[in-house]
Amino acid sequence: MSDVSLDKLPEGPIIKGKLSRDDVIMRLGMVVIALYLVVTLAFPLWAMLSKSFSTFQFDLGAYELQVSDEEGNYSGEILTPAQLNADLQVLSDNDLIAGSDSRMGLTQFFPDFSFRSSVMYQIRNTSDTGRFLVGSELKTGTDWLELDSNTFRRVQMRPEKSTGLGNFISYFSTPALFNSIKNSLVIAVISTVVTVTLAFWFAYALNRSCMRFKGFFRLVAMAPILVPSLLPGIALVYLFGNQGMLKELLFGASIYGPIGIVIGSVFFTFPHAFIIISTALAISDARLYEAAASLRSTPWRTFWTVTIPGARYGLISAAFVVFNLVITDFGLPKVIGGQFNVLAVDIYKQVIGQQNFEMGAVVSVVLVIPAIFAFAIDRLVQSKQVALLSARSVPYQPTPNAKADRIFLGYCLAVAFFIIGILGVCQFAALIKFWPYDLSFSLTNYDFDRMDGGGWGSYYNSIKLGLFTAVAGTCIVFFGAYLVEKSNGFRLGRALFQMFAMLPMAIPGMVLGLAYIFFFNNPSNPLNAIYGTMAILVICSVTHFYTVSHLTAVTALKQMDREFESVSASLKQPTLKLFSRVTVPVCLPSVLDISIYLFVNAMTTVSAVVFLYSPKTSLASIAVLNMDDAGDIAPAAAMGMMIFYTNAAARIIHLLVSKGVLKRTQAWRGR
Amino acid sequence: MTEVTATPPLYLSIDNLWKAFGTFLALKDISLDINEREFVCFLGPSGCGKTTLLRAIAGLDLQTKGTVMQAGQDVSNLPPSERDFGIVFQSYALFPNLTIEKNIAFGLENTGRSKSEIAVRVAELLDLVGLPEQGKKYPAQLSGGQQQRIALARAIATNPGLLLLDEPLSALDAKVRVHLRHEIKELQRKLGVTTVMVTHDQEEALAMADRIVVMNHGVIEQVGSPTEVYRQPASLFVADFIGEMNQIPAQAGASGRVVIGGATLHCQDHKFGAGDAIVAAIRPEDVIPHGDGARSPGAEDEVTTPENAFEVRVAEMEFLGSFWRCRLRHEIFGNGELIADFSINAVRRLELAVDKAMTIELPKSRLMAFAPARDA
Repeated sequence: MSDVSLDKLPEGPIIKGKLSRDDVIMRLGMVVIALYLVVTLAFPLWAMLSKSFSTFQFDLGAYELQVSDEEGNYSGEILTPAQLNADLQVLSDNDLIAGSDSRMGLTQFFPDFSFRSSVMYQIRNTSDTGRFLVGSELKTGTDWLELDSNTFRRVQMRPEKSTGLGNFISYFSTPALFNSIKNSLVIAVISTVVTVTLAFWFAYALNRSCMRFKGFFRLVAMAPILVPSLLPGIALVYLFGNQGMLKELLFGASIYGPIGIVIGSVFFTFPHAFIIISTALAISDARLYEAAASLRSTPWRTFWTVTIPGARYGLISAAFVVFNLVITDFGLPKVIGGQFNVLAVDIYKQVIGQQNFEMGAVVSVVLVIPAIFAFAIDRLVQSKQVALLSARSVPYQPTPNAKADRIFLGYCLAVAFFIIGILGVCQFAALIKFWPYDLSFSLTNYDFDRMDGGGWGSYYNSIKLGLFTAVAGTCIVFFGAYLVEKSNGFRLGRALFQMFAMLPMAIPGMVLGLAYIFFFNNPSNPLNAIYGTMAILVICSVTHFYTVSHLTAVTALKQMDREFESVSASLKQPTLKLFSRVTVPVCLPSVLDISIYLFVNAMTTVSAVVFLYSPKTSLASIAVLNMDDAGDIAPAAAMGMMIFYTNAAARIIHLLVSKGVLKRTQAWRGR
Repeated sequence: MTEVTATPPLYLSIDNLWKAFGTFLALKDISLDINEREFVCFLGPSGCGKTTLLRAIAGLDLQTKGTVMQAGQDVSNLPPSERDFGIVFQSYALFPNLTIEKNIAFGLENTGRSKSEIAVRVAELLDLVGLPEQGKKYPAQLSGGQQQRIALARAIATNPGLLLLDEPLSALDAKVRVHLRHEIKELQRKLGVTTVMVTHDQEEALAMADRIVVMNHGVIEQVGSPTEVYRQPASLFVADFIGEMNQIPAQAGASGRVVIGGATLHCQDHKFGAGDAIVAAIRPEDVIPHGDGARSPGAEDEVTTPENAFEVRVAEMEFLGSFWRCRLRHEIFGNGELIADFSINAVRRLELAVDKAMTIELPKSRLMAFAPARDA
């Protein structure tokens, strides 16, 4: 039609669209939420990473001293701690390795030191970067400072910071520490195999048999989600501990250690594996089974050629989810691990026990590696799951088989018994006055205010945290997902946002919590004010549980007609009106799902908040941990069950609200 | 490029429009003028760029280069919300949780209209699309055809200057589709709104459009009225895409001649050099049967161009309801067959049957010459 070459664009500028007010608002919104993720995720993780590479060491040559005689006259001789140490051999090189908060006194270099003596001391830094403390006062600069003996004993050196692999080297040269890697992996692998096997047959029974009580079993299988991961640990202590009810069953083996961790891990990861595998089994195509039957395949062969391949992505995905949950879990091994060290507990011990934040950061980095690996494989597998089911697939309808149904029923009863048993033991323990000596029932264990751990206040704090997290989190997550899904252009920004939204799933709670200390507790951070408040707990919980919520929101939004925004723009209506009038009401079921997910998880999480709570913001799940630590196991069980009942109640309320709201706002769904 | 037309005035003018997706060029140097009150169809196979062009006009996906003028204003880089159009999608895109009334009222809100004015306008629109009683229902309670009418009502509620229809009928049953295309055309004529419709259905385009824009591989192949593009296709692609067309490999003769299998036939004037490889084309219904009783009784049966008449053998006959489709063989077609549609009366009077010989004529005014398809 024209003489221009049609094979390539002509020269000249490319049309740049003028942004509408909505575009500007959407982009601003996305920037705000992306900024939220950067501040609450990227910066803290970066702070942690850089912490793991910062090493601290005392430099004994960085100070100079003068010592007077009893009358206060100086000889003019200038000493350094390095010289003194060389003479006296007080400290080895290893003793000089320090943490960021380490301090070291100087009196150890003066064997004759007495704080009552009238000897005077002078001290100064040899360089401008040197620093030492007198009491809590930081001294820098190279001017001499004269101190009497009583003050001199309060002088402390501060270590010097440098960057390098020192922490990692000392980590891997400490067998007690790096043994935990092996321990963690072994525990995670065994728990994964056991859980996935149990959950598979449970899901199989529910989807592929005609046994009775399916609804009941489904309900029971989900119960462990409602309690903190350390609760099964407490139950196991009561069952198999030193004074356990069924101690003999272990034939002398100790529950404190790998056995206890595996049993408890199976309990708390069971629902996660069950949901994933059940979904995979539910979508199988009946036509494949008909084909297998018409080819006279044996049931065994059909199972291996049709059932397992159909559910393989579910099985792989479940395995990696369970692996991730177990290896990053902190509460359970803390309660029942005994001397058996695992990575997550190491972080806690390094940070809380030894105040060695750098080493805590190192262990965190080590822990993140398998967690990210498992997460990456899970994502890969899930992306392949999509095309399995075509629109023409026919759902599989199980046929009754008296014998098989009885076996499945027996199996499910056994699993249900295990789950209910664990919860039952906890409730029983909570109501007994003093196991095993006084078995009368009483409510004294509920008198939390008399125990360590924050009392009833921590319980109410947890509810507050759950509600705040649910409300704030749902708003942030859903709005963020909407902006990513439905805004125009700005591709790079949206891709980055998606990546950030996926990241929290790969970051263990402990690691996130520790990263928050490094980032928010830094006095030079303007956000320092939220440290120790409820706000940081809410932020940490929202960020920690961001990914699953985000995916739920995205799935719901993807089902919306993608032309709604175009129609609304052509009608010259603001996008936010469309969002509030159409998008949110249509997605309300998913919005409610996100909020209950956030609530339940905020109620039960220990790992994400264990470094961040303050006396004023102690939480129920933390109280369980601390009361257990202090030996108040029965109250810990009582508090754990309070969390269970609260979550169960929340779920019921969620169900009723959903039904009510749906009836009112979703009338359009019916015909 | 621009043709000067007296009436009606120019409304939409697209000038040298390009659209690139990465290195792929979806639209190549598109220029097109659309007049006020005109109903224009973009017709083409999927992937030809017709929807891309529509979305560029709407501002939903901005073109890479080129200008779009609407009602004298340069809207090339404006976002959709600052342009003047209503749009209807294949998926209807009705808001599922709002009643029909609220769906239609959606664009009327925040425009300075009072509640009662809006209610009046909504009732008027429901009347206009023939669904006066359905206002309180939800979209899911209506049939597909009804939903599409509501989408149409919503799109024209604010009296936009331009109505864009993106395959509006594709999701509907064949019967509903035929009925609704008539209604949409009626409505468009009544409202006088300039309309652009995208479709891949040639029948739809022929039935509805004032002008058809045939597109292929990101370029416009032909712009013309339905009869123009049907009777005088500008290229083999258009000839092939719209309606049935016999395509016979041939050589060009002198002007007004083609050589088919050694036989020189008269045809429309063409501008090929003698000996060029071309494709001779004729529509099946243009093939004229000759013989006793081929015409209505009393009418004279006379061959007008003897060179274009020859005797063929009927290889196959297919009854298609309102006519017979016959496959005819002759040595000049080699192994190919010539498809001809004969009326039921002609077949009866000529007593046509498989394997029978008959005389046909390819009228020279209907025999066309095209450049062979360039393999893309």
